[in-house]
Amino acid sequence: MKLKHALAVLAIALASVGCSTKPPKDGGANTRVTQSELAKPGPGKSWQEYTAPSRNGYSDRVFFAYDRFDLDKDAQATIRAWSEWMRAHRDATVLVEGHADERGTREYNLGLGAKRATAIRDMLIALGVNARRIRTVSYGKERPAVAGDDDDSYRQNRRGVARPSTGGA
Amino acid sequence: MPLPAPVSRLCRRLFMAGLLAFAVPATAAAQLTIRIDDPNFEPLPIAIVAPQASNDDERSTAGRIAGVVTANLEGSGLFRAIDPSAFVQRDGSEVLAPRFNDWKGIGAEALITGRVFHRTNGDIRIEFRLWDVATGRQLVGRRLETGRANWRRLAHKMSDAIYRRLTGESGYFDTRVVYVAESGPVLKRVKRLAIMDQDGANHRFLTNGKNLVMTPRFSPSAQEITYLEFVGEQPRVYILDIDSGQREIVGEFEGMTFAPRFSPDGNRIVMSLARDGNSEIYAMDLRTRATERLTRHPAIDTSPSYAPDGSRIVFDSDRSGRQKIYVMNADGSGVRRISNRPGRYATPVWSPRGDLIAFTKLEAGAFFIGVMQPNGEGERILAQGYLAEGPTWAPNGRVLMYYKKPRGGTAQLYSIDLTGRNERPMSTPEDASDPAWSPLLED
Repeated sequence: MKLKHALAVLAIALASVGCSTKPPKDGGANTRVTQSELAKPGPGKSWQEYTAPSRNGYSDRVFFAYDRFDLDKDAQATIRAWSEWMRAHRDATVLVEGHADERGTREYNLGLGAKRATAIRDMLIALGVNARRIRTVSYGKERPAVAGDDDDSYRQNRRGVARPSTGGA
Repeated sequence: MPLPAPVSRLCRRLFMAGLLAFAVPATAAAQLTIRIDDPNFEPLPIAIVAPQASNDDERSTAGRIAGVVTANLEGSGLFRAIDPSAFVQRDGSEVLAPRFNDWKGIGAEALITGRVFHRTNGDIRIEFRLWDVATGRQLVGRRLETGRANWRRLAHKMSDAIYRRLTGESGYFDTRVVYVAESGPVLKRVKRLAIMDQDGANHRFLTNGKNLVMTPRFSPSAQEITYLEFVGEQPRVYILDIDSGQREIVGEFEGMTFAPRFSPDGNRIVMSLARDGNSEIYAMDLRTRATERLTRHPAIDTSPSYAPDGSRIVFDSDRSGRQKIYVMNADGSGVRRISNRPGRYATPVWSPRGDLIAFTKLEAGAFFIGVMQPNGEGERILAQGYLAEGPTWAPNGRVLMYYKKPRGGTAQLYSIDLTGRNERPMSTPEDASDPAWSPLLED
């Protein structure tokens, strides 16, 4: 995500540089390039907008180190954003999925996915989300996000995913 | 879900007439034996004569039976079937009166002869004899009979009798394998339970693929399967009756149940239950529904397997910081770690003979299938792959099956004997994982 943000900012910066190649008629003395982050969608938006990469949204997933279930700083920031969304959508419930990469045995990975989903659930609860609004499921290594068998694919598959639904518990 | 005609009803019709009172009694002192744990042994040359028949229908049956017996014995890696075109004696008299010099002349050390009869009641009867060519002695003489549609089981029973007489070990040919058939794209895999004979015949699907299923295991009677099924977002342990297709959940628990296995007496299921994310091992009595928690540790405790006498359970746990193999008493007491080498050790499976524990090992980015003694000593690696997982024992404890997936490739079942020199792929209609080998089928 960080890379995407940087690229988006760079694209905007390049576009404004492109505009400034022709000598502007007036006010052209400004040679400074100003840049700022686009505001993320507020928690009042729909989950789709809130987590839409094209709108610079928050991610709907967090990632884990190999054979670990602790939440790093990025994961914690993302889960905090999820909790804000949950606060703004009082009728929403969320299914938290825990997943593992394929470099573990099938049954152990089910156990690992359960620990990952539970770590996320526990943090949501600590942030004030009612436990009754959260369900967890472990898919182990059964539902990879990407099909590859390299380190980047493994990294993308070791994940926890939030799937909220609104209207009815 | 509608299922084909129940197999076991046919199975129950299989009628074993037992040893015939043939003129030449089998003796226990025969010299012809195969030492199956001798790594330097040569496959035994055996001449398998198609059973004698008196019409074209019977000849067709006889040829198919000889084909199945040949495939079974050769598939074990212990036998080399001599090409029938080399046979010298083929006048029919070999059935009861082999000219042993003729069979010696083509290098046969063992000889199988027999007769097949299509009976008017729809049964097939076979009478076969196993001969020691060197001594001219009959080692086995047996009559088998069953319904015509069930002919393959006659061939498997024959194979088992021959294997048993020549190796001193019980056979494993009259068995079935349940596994997970995989199809569809990697990101949305469809998984179905499927069952087939040990040699891949009589294949059929047991579930329709709508729900994700995995890790099937047979009951001791081979009539039921316990496995994991995702119903909605609820992964739970179920028991499936193979003939009726009826499915029953194993207990109502708050949390995921997974990794189920039957106890050797079939009365209990041992499995993992993840409550608040913590996977512990529980046993449930199927008659009383009483459950007993066996492990108490915040680590992942899973993949349990009973010792054949039911007194102990082997399982894997990452309580030391890495996945290792542990043994405990069946009531959860006396936990001790048995795998002490580097690497992750997983999916321990106690051999039906009790002498070994098969396992999956992960080390340096690769998967291995191996065996160790129940005290953790004598580790031997038998197979390896990019992914290789989930060994299951043939009922005689001499052969393992597991699945392997090469990097970028598809999952497939393999079998290997304990010497590690006879690894064979199993042919299945779709990609295949999570095999479980049945006990020897009942007559």
